[in-house]
Amino acid sequence: MSDDATGSAVAERGLKGQDQTVASFEEDAPSPVRRVQGFLHDFPTAIPFIVLLVGVLIFSVAAGGKFFAPFNLSLVLQQVTIIGVLGIAQTLVILTAGIDLSVGAIMILSSIVMGRLAVVYGVPPEIAFALGLLTGLICGLINGLLVALVKLPPFIVTLGTWSIYASLVIFVSHSETVRAQDIETIAPLLQWLGNTIKFGGGAVLTFGAILMIIIAFACWYVLNRTAFGRHVYATGDDPEAARLAGINTRGTLIGVYTLAGFICSVAGWVIIGRIGAASPLAGQDANLDAITAVVIGGTSLFGGRGSIVGTLFGALIVGVFRNGLALAGVDSLWQQFTVGILIILAVTIDQWIRKISA
Amino acid sequence: MACFWPVPGRAIGQSMPVANARATIREDYMRKFNFLKATAASIVLVGMFAGSSAYAADIVGLITKTEGNPFFVKMREGAQAEATKLGLTLKTYAGKTDGDNDSQVAAIEDLIAAGAKGFAIVPSDSSAIVPTIKKARDAGLFVIDLDTPTDPITAVDATFATDNFKAGNLIGAWAKGTLGDKAANAKIAFLDLATNQPTVDYLRDQGFMQGFGIDIKDPKKYGDEDDKRICGHEMTSGAEDGGRTAMETLLQKCPDVNVMYTINEPAAAGGYQALKAAGKDDGSVLVVSIDGGCPGVKNVAAGVIGATSQQYPLKMAALAMDTIAAFAKDGTKPPVPASGFIDTGATLITDKPVAGVDSITSAEGAKICWG
Repeated sequence: MSDDATGSAVAERGLKGQDQTVASFEEDAPSPVRRVQGFLHDFPTAIPFIVLLVGVLIFSVAAGGKFFAPFNLSLVLQQVTIIGVLGIAQTLVILTAGIDLSVGAIMILSSIVMGRLAVVYGVPPEIAFALGLLTGLICGLINGLLVALVKLPPFIVTLGTWSIYASLVIFVSHSETVRAQDIETIAPLLQWLGNTIKFGGGAVLTFGAILMIIIAFACWYVLNRTAFGRHVYATGDDPEAARLAGINTRGTLIGVYTLAGFICSVAGWVIIGRIGAASPLAGQDANLDAITAVVIGGTSLFGGRGSIVGTLFGALIVGVFRNGLALAGVDSLWQQFTVGILIILAVTIDQWIRKISA
Repeated sequence: MACFWPVPGRAIGQSMPVANARATIREDYMRKFNFLKATAASIVLVGMFAGSSAYAADIVGLITKTEGNPFFVKMREGAQAEATKLGLTLKTYAGKTDGDNDSQVAAIEDLIAAGAKGFAIVPSDSSAIVPTIKKARDAGLFVIDLDTPTDPITAVDATFATDNFKAGNLIGAWAKGTLGDKAANAKIAFLDLATNQPTVDYLRDQGFMQGFGIDIKDPKKYGDEDDKRICGHEMTSGAEDGGRTAMETLLQKCPDVNVMYTINEPAAAGGYQALKAAGKDDGSVLVVSIDGGCPGVKNVAAGVIGATSQQYPLKMAALAMDTIAAFAKDGTKPPVPASGFIDTGATLITDKPVAGVDSITSAEGAKICWG
């Protein structure tokens, strides 16, 4: 020991007068851009929220008082309710790095089952309603089993079940709409979500919109405050690591797809509340609109990152732009165009934020 | 046939680790079982082919845009009923979505290969399908176009369709007549089909405008008019949810709307929900539509829709079968009128008739409605 100490003392004699600092790196304060990137990485919902605010500001100026009125803003919320609920279901699935292309078909199938059983076959509305919800649950369970146990890629599974459920819609509905007036007299329960609460200033909320917020809160709670929710994120982030950490990834996947199917059937109830009828023609664009809401809401298509609140913002952004552009007198062609730009922007930002973790 | 593949796959997979007698027996059993199943299936298949060829009836085809739309469902029913009556074997095909040209091309190729005498088609893509139709006609098939004319219309032997411009014209004239003097300062919401303005979309829209007395400028597109009475055009995809959102938006734009034109009855039903939510379901807004499907006619009776133009898909399909049968018998072709197509007619249905516009009541309309 002492020899060593002496030895090093001798060796260090030659360092006298030299720079004695240990190897160091230039450590500048992070650039503003870098800071923004870091902030967004920590709070991914900030972007959709800011875009939403900017959108509201722009249209308040461009479309005048017609846009920025309590009634119109509450109308936008009503208009995005169906997409919002489907988007919540889709978010759960996408968080596991999956995708569910059958959400729209499950929604319509459930609404047709409810409507037809109650009106055409005279089943008591409560039972028809319960069977409608059960339909969605089973559809979701089938998706989950195929993904988790048969281990087929979710894209392929739900591409297939989309086709299957859509065919069942035609089979069950006989391509006939159950009319709003018939549902109103025979099964008003199915239209219950169409009821409204009026607020001061002219804002009107439908029960459906309130239910959407409740579902969003419930899912937020499950994702952030329960073990199951954390497993969902972990499975999406890295399924192998999650499995090695002792998470039942198969069970998690089956659970997520089943829950998503169930939420879609609730969306089926919401759509009856909105259009009054149970129509096999409705919801044709709902599938892609829901994915659009999820993507614009900042949830990563590669799984493991994103939030329910972001999706609601995403749905609202699309709603605000469509409504605002229409009120400003812009042709519907350009409404579609704008939504396209929003999607590309959202994914670009997502990719950019991802670099920070690399 | 698809049910066969998992079975041998599983048998092999299971036999790998357990190389004992029982596994071998089970595999043998599986093999025999599969063989039996395959044999049974082949017999059934052969029987089916034999069954159809034994008839040796003339084959005819019907190709629609999609399976799901009630309009096409009724068309298929009409064609099937007529084909059975005439002793023809009907093969039906449909695209996966509206606009799916590939499936229709495959269907035509299939019919040529099957030696069909002719077919009726509702083209998803009016111009892209033309070369394939030419191939069929060169092979001696008689081709009838239904509902949506091909571009050019001479690409087929005959076209049976609703004159959509006339159908729109009827409801336009009815709305004008109903409003009377108030028509001069009406406010009209247009619930159209899609941004790409397919033929049926602009024909109905422009027909309505002309019937109402609006200068339509270019009759091949809407949106180029400058009449102050037009509130705006919003797209509905021809469905209830699209109808509701579109009307909500237009009500925001023009709270004083008093006429709602709709591309079809589902869009009208959705638009009506928007009127209801805004407290305007008291008859202060005239609702007009086109189609004449049974739910739509019921909505006329219920006062949801003021007037609708009814068209006749069953008749279209039945006429097509008759024409093909006549051609198969002795090569007769129907005379082609100057307009280039045979109009299967459109009738105005309303319970509040207007002088100068012929119409029938919703009760009469319900007897001949489709879907």
